[in-house]
Amino acid sequence: MLAKRIIPCLDVKDGKTVKGVNFVNFRDAGDPVELGKAYSQQGADELVYLDITASYEGRKTFTEIVKKVAAQVSIPFTVGGGINEMKDVDRLLNAGADKVSINSSALKNPQLIEEIAKNFGSQVCVVAIDANFDNKLWRCYLNGGRVATDRELFSWAKEAQERGAGEILFTSMTHDGVKDGYANEALAKLNSELNIPVIASGGAGKKEHFKDAFLIGKADAALAASVFHFGEISISELKDYLDRENICVRKIS
Amino acid sequence: MNVAIIKYNAGNIYSVDCALRRVGIEAEVTDNKEILMSADKVIFPGVGEAASTMRYLRENNLDSLIKNLKQPVLGICIGMQLMCRHSEEGDADCLNIFDVDVKRFRAEGTAYKIPHMGWNTVKNIDPCMFPKNIENQYVYFVHSYYVPVCRYTTAETEYILPFSAALHKDNFYATQFHIEKSGAIGEDILNHFLSL
Repeated sequence: MLAKRIIPCLDVKDGKTVKGVNFVNFRDAGDPVELGKAYSQQGADELVYLDITASYEGRKTFTEIVKKVAAQVSIPFTVGGGINEMKDVDRLLNAGADKVSINSSALKNPQLIEEIAKNFGSQVCVVAIDANFDNKLWRCYLNGGRVATDRELFSWAKEAQERGAGEILFTSMTHDGVKDGYANEALAKLNSELNIPVIASGGAGKKEHFKDAFLIGKADAALAASVFHFGEISISELKDYLDRENICVRKIS
Repeated sequence: MNVAIIKYNAGNIYSVDCALRRVGIEAEVTDNKEILMSADKVIFPGVGEAASTMRYLRENNLDSLIKNLKQPVLGICIGMQLMCRHSEEGDADCLNIFDVDVKRFRAEGTAYKIPHMGWNTVKNIDPCMFPKNIENQYVYFVHSYYVPVCRYTTAETEYILPFSAALHKDNFYATQFHIEKSGAIGEDILNHFLSL
């Protein structure tokens, strides 16, 4: 049976892992390659690395990190952040990334989804959506949650799927950093409307929140950062717990 | 040991190269016919689309070369599908090493998602190509097309229906899952292939 995936997310700035709380106020959480290896050994199913540097120098540093991750980590990983055109996709896939995650650039230029899918296959193309629950509407945001758009989560996710996205990574800005659980209702609705996998993101604080994302939100995968980085939840304990709750997970013996 | 990885227009080849390095093998990524024919082991990996990759193999005369290799050859993911007779993906005639056809998963009216993406278990393992401890273990898949269970099947996985997770015939071995992305289990399988 296909296992539900647990995905630690590593935000990388100037070669180091950091984690935003509600997208600001960073705290240092270590070396991205070593952290990725450690998570892989603890039973993480995939990794996501987000480049949150804006500078050209930062991009180069990030590409070097991607190469090191590809060399040292034996599970799949997705990279995102600063992917604006096919040139960026080429650079990161050549460096060994398995998938790329596009967010603002997809909203600004939805054609990019089609180009990635056509050139590398849908499985490579993760469309990340940051949405906030504003006035009874899940509104999509650009630029790491700073700029509101006219797009709405469900119609945008559907369009992304039609254009060739292989996966949707939905971050609820409403829940992110609050550690009070994922946006399960919105996740369940997304899941019922899409036929590509959905990754839940934003809101993990306890093991029960992962269970809810899978059972109530019907998510295919759950992503989290700070609860893993700061050791509040260990991946192996989380998987033991989910297994006891009869959720299909891959446990490492 | 000389291990060659077939270089063609598919993605993910670098990942296989990295996985070999992790088990201590410096492989050569090449489309050079002499090197491919004289290697001890050949790996035919990749992520890509069947029709365009087949076209590339034909244009570069790699199709007949692959079919005529005599040493152990390991196809991974699209490599495995290209070793079959025909693929529904792009209506492509393939290498016909395994005379079985590649089908598209049909999930209409079910709760299943396409692609089949993530970790799933393998069962009914044939020890001819696997270490025994992988029965019921999780390995990593990403694919929208599958090979039905057939007489070449050496491992099965279930998604919508039971399908071939691996195939074997003579010196040709193949896995639908990504050995190079399947953690420690993947490394065990790779080492086992290298020991054949």
